Amino acid sequence: MIDRISPLLTLENVGLNRGGRWLVRGVDLTVRRGESVTLIGPNGAGKSTTAKIALGLMAPDEGQASRAPGLKVGYVPQKLSIDWTLPLSLWRFMSLTNRVDDPAAREALETVGISHLADAELRHLSGGEFQRALLARAIARRPDLLVLDEPVQSVDYSGEIALYELIGNIRRTFGCGILMISHDLHVVMADTDSVVCMNGHVCCQGPPRVVAENPEYLALFGARAAGALAIYEHAHDHTHLSDGTVQHADGSITDHCHPDDGHHDANASRENDHAG
Amino acid sequence: MLDDFFIRALVAGIGVALFAGPLGCFIVWRRLAYFGDTLSHSALLGVALALILQVNITAAVFVVSAIIALSLLSLQRRSSLSSDSLLGLLAHASLALGLVVLTFLPTVRVDLLSFLFGDILAVSVTDLVVIYVGGAAVTLVLVLVWRALFAATVNYEVAEAEGMRPDRANVIFILLMATVIAISMKIVGVLLITALLIIPAATARRMARGPEAMALVSAVIGVISVVAGLFASLEWDTPSGPTIVVAALVLFLLALLSVPGILRSHPQSHDS
Repeated sequence: MIDRISPLLTLENVGLNRGGRWLVRGVDLTVRRGESVTLIGPNGAGKSTTAKIALGLMAPDEGQASRAPGLKVGYVPQKLSIDWTLPLSLWRFMSLTNRVDDPAAREALETVGISHLADAELRHLSGGEFQRALLARAIARRPDLLVLDEPVQSVDYSGEIALYELIGNIRRTFGCGILMISHDLHVVMADTDSVVCMNGHVCCQGPPRVVAENPEYLALFGARAAGALAIYEHAHDHTHLSDGTVQHADGSITDHCHPDDGHHDANASRENDHAG
Repeated sequence: MLDDFFIRALVAGIGVALFAGPLGCFIVWRRLAYFGDTLSHSALLGVALALILQVNITAAVFVVSAIIALSLLSLQRRSSLSSDSLLGLLAHASLALGLVVLTFLPTVRVDLLSFLFGDILAVSVTDLVVIYVGGAAVTLVLVLVWRALFAATVNYEVAEAEGMRPDRANVIFILLMATVIAISMKIVGVLLITALLIIPAATARRMARGPEAMALVSAVIGVISVVAGLFASLEWDTPSGPTIVVAALVLFLLALLSVPGILRSHPQSHDS
């Protein structure tokens, strides 16, 4: 058993060189139990590479990558395609890397909200359902560490928020550590203990508030980043109901939400800009 | 009962079909059809070497197939050539080498056709023992590595990250392939082994809902192909190996026509 204090995962001054070019260099990070660390950065910044070094899928050319002995990992890769020749139901997929007992599998599917799809073939799931399936499989095995490489890709905007909330809940419920890669600055910054902002190297890292004020971070993400803190700190002023209508903070229900319909405050309008 | 050559042929063919089916599923899932071809081509080199060195043919075929397969694995890691070019290189180089080596035999007592297309009607009781003992060993090992091998087939990195040792599973898989080719070469011949591995599995895909079910169904379809093919070859006096493959093809076509929804299924992977 892994104790509560010592790190699940440590990268010390890690670098990976391919063909004379450093894909990443000088990366330091630590993930502890119950802690959430998020890697952000532009495409090609080395986020996935860093995650793969952390998982032991690639050996670093310099520095040290160490994992707690006996560490149980749940991995949601950036890409996973199911060949049409493979008859693979969601239910069988849950036991891909270890036998998961029925209650645990069902609970994981219910947690992500796709238990009704248990018998469906994996390759017939929609993009959003597929991401939820990947997440369900990773949590069903009760990992010590969850590694999520862009877990909300091809999920619609309201689903995105729900999934991030879900990931936050998973961390609190199961007490696992989370290493996540994300583009969604505003949501990520809201519910993570530590942000590592990367661009081939670590630009800056620390608690979200500190990173958000760092000039390198602002230079990397520009104007969008400046508002990120404000956006994620705002309270939800409306909820998307299951029938597609929108309930606003004042209790009214409309078919859609618009920035200028009088139900929103200024911050929420930025949120809609992003969604559009 | 085993005195009759036809009964021996049936028993041998059923044995090969039983263990070729599940392994064939992995060839289909991993898109390794050409890899199977390469291994069976290299089997001919194994035969030639065995005749020159006067060693056991099955053992020589296994060793040569295993060496070719493992060298492919390591070439893939460091070479800049694409996998299919490497496979083509190895397949035809070993086939050509095999044919060249055969001509150095003092007297060519070798019926080349029997190695290319198999001679199931010449199966001895010893062959039956090799097939069933070897086949049982292959099946047992396959059951033991099944989860790791299947996980590595779905996604190598997830399997590795979650501690499944997919590298080890892959090497074991290659050795199992070499074993199957070594012990089934005599039955269906080097050119038709791949067909017996792939066609029943492809037929099973139309019917099975899960990977384990597909493995079992393809074993059953393989057995039906062998039985039907052998009786057909007896009836019409056709070569037994090719007739078995034709029987497997007929089953594939029947499944294609009779299982509803097949014509709607698209051969595309999940990308969206």
